[in-house]
Amino acid sequence: MTEEIIIAGFGGQGVLSMGKILAYSGIMEGQEVSWMPSYGPEMRGGTANVAVILSDERINSPILHEFDTAIVLNQQSMDKFEATVKKGGLLLYDPNGISHPPTRTDINIATIEGAKEASDMNNRKVFNMIIMGAYLKLHPIVKMENIHKGLEKSLPSRHHNLIPMNEQAIQVGMKKVNLIQNLN
Amino acid sequence: MEDVKLMKGNEALAEAAIRAGVDAYFGYPITPQSEVIEYLMAQRPENRTGMVVLQAESEVAAINMVYGAAGAGKKVMTSSSSPGISLKLEGISYIAGAELPCLIVNVMRGGPGLGTIQPSQADYFQAVKGGGHGDYRLIVLAPSTVQEMADFVDKSFKLAFKYRNPVMILADGAIGQMMEKVYLPDAKPRLTDDELIEKYDSWATTGRKNGRKQNIITSLNLKSEKQEVHNLDLQAKYKRIEENETESEEIHCEDADYIMVAFGTSARICQKVIQIGREKGMKLGLIRPITLWPYPSKTIAKYAGKVKGFISVEMNAGQMVEDVRLAVDGKTPVIHYGRMGGMIATPGEVLTAVENHLKTL
Repeated sequence: MTEEIIIAGFGGQGVLSMGKILAYSGIMEGQEVSWMPSYGPEMRGGTANVAVILSDERINSPILHEFDTAIVLNQQSMDKFEATVKKGGLLLYDPNGISHPPTRTDINIATIEGAKEASDMNNRKVFNMIIMGAYLKLHPIVKMENIHKGLEKSLPSRHHNLIPMNEQAIQVGMKKVNLIQNLN
Repeated sequence: MEDVKLMKGNEALAEAAIRAGVDAYFGYPITPQSEVIEYLMAQRPENRTGMVVLQAESEVAAINMVYGAAGAGKKVMTSSSSPGISLKLEGISYIAGAELPCLIVNVMRGGPGLGTIQPSQADYFQAVKGGGHGDYRLIVLAPSTVQEMADFVDKSFKLAFKYRNPVMILADGAIGQMMEKVYLPDAKPRLTDDELIEKYDSWATTGRKNGRKQNIITSLNLKSEKQEVHNLDLQAKYKRIEENETESEEIHCEDADYIMVAFGTSARICQKVIQIGREKGMKLGLIRPITLWPYPSKTIAKYAGKVKGFISVEMNAGQMVEDVRLAVDGKTPVIHYGRMGGMIATPGEVLTAVENHLKTL
């Protein structure tokens, strides 16, 4: 199994840390992983993205031109990454702030109202974990116990008291994800 | 699983430096390698091993601190990115001339000038063809994984002390910034003063405790006859290094009819190109130089005249391709494919370049 994912949105949405938690969870699952961020000027007050790869085999290129899954959290990223999803792959997005929804008919498409759910939980910081939950529901590539370990590894120990809240957010994402175009 | 970590290349290199028993790091921050000094400072290595970590007032100051400490037999290093390495070149030439061991890390970004902060491999010429003035050589290692960023630190110091020669780790912004799984090496202690004197008293400025003759560290020699003897000694040393330390990796070359040559991040991309190319029935192989100097010319020459063509894939306008052509010696067509300015070629782009070349062969 190899899963090549691009996660893209605004800086501050937790894009890079979601990637890091996924990658750490992959290590806990015994997988090979890579995490390749955009670190250019766009990160300093604009879009941020990270390519994450989890695989049972040695990972060749951390730089990719097409992905199994794109997780898209703003319109700029939709414009850039909709075309890069492999045929039959998955595009997951938060409709909040998307003015031009995806139009491809050869991929699976799902939505998650991440911003709204985070607001309902009175905690905007768990936005990225809601999104990650939605993704994991559709592509259960890592076991929940390893996600827990991934959270422990990714968060500094002074923030470990926040792990249950993050896990709750993951559950919300799993429950509320909406597969709007299903090829399978 | 104790020592398996998810780390950035820059962080893995910094942690490996502490574990390699490095005595001192002198540097000045610059993107995309600032995590090296950030990580070292945060680790408080002065408490872990007694290692000195110092942010100098400039790159020029940092390399001259390296020069001084290396002259005393200490295990010392500096790191920077492209424009910062340009500033260090005078000091690097002096260190090479004075035959001192040290590690210089270049996490390359786009140039020329201040250029961009994104990944590049445009300092290949600077690293392997001189950079500073005079007939000197650096041993240049090109990591292509975060694991190698960690492993090459100790490897570099072994080479540096074996030949009393500066070693450069030539990485790029992508390897510095990306995170991968890394198995950290075992920690070893720094040398004590007594151990240092025992090992390096023949050349280092260790304080003449045993009444030995003076050790003089200099790159200046006003008598041409003497300087030429020194030059001949250096050249003989470089020849020994070429004979003994050249290293490369051959991937799927055994049945390949077309070979890519690439180092660092470009070599990772080419491994994906092999995978998708072979799925389409194309017999692609890759030669990945691990040492950029000494260059694995013999490995490349083995395949010259046997395969249909070579492509040198680099994040620059075509630098290493000259060494590939020298090795191939006209026996097989060689082209270059590259992106510049901080742009990274995707596997799809490289495959198209290979397909277009194959059509002409």
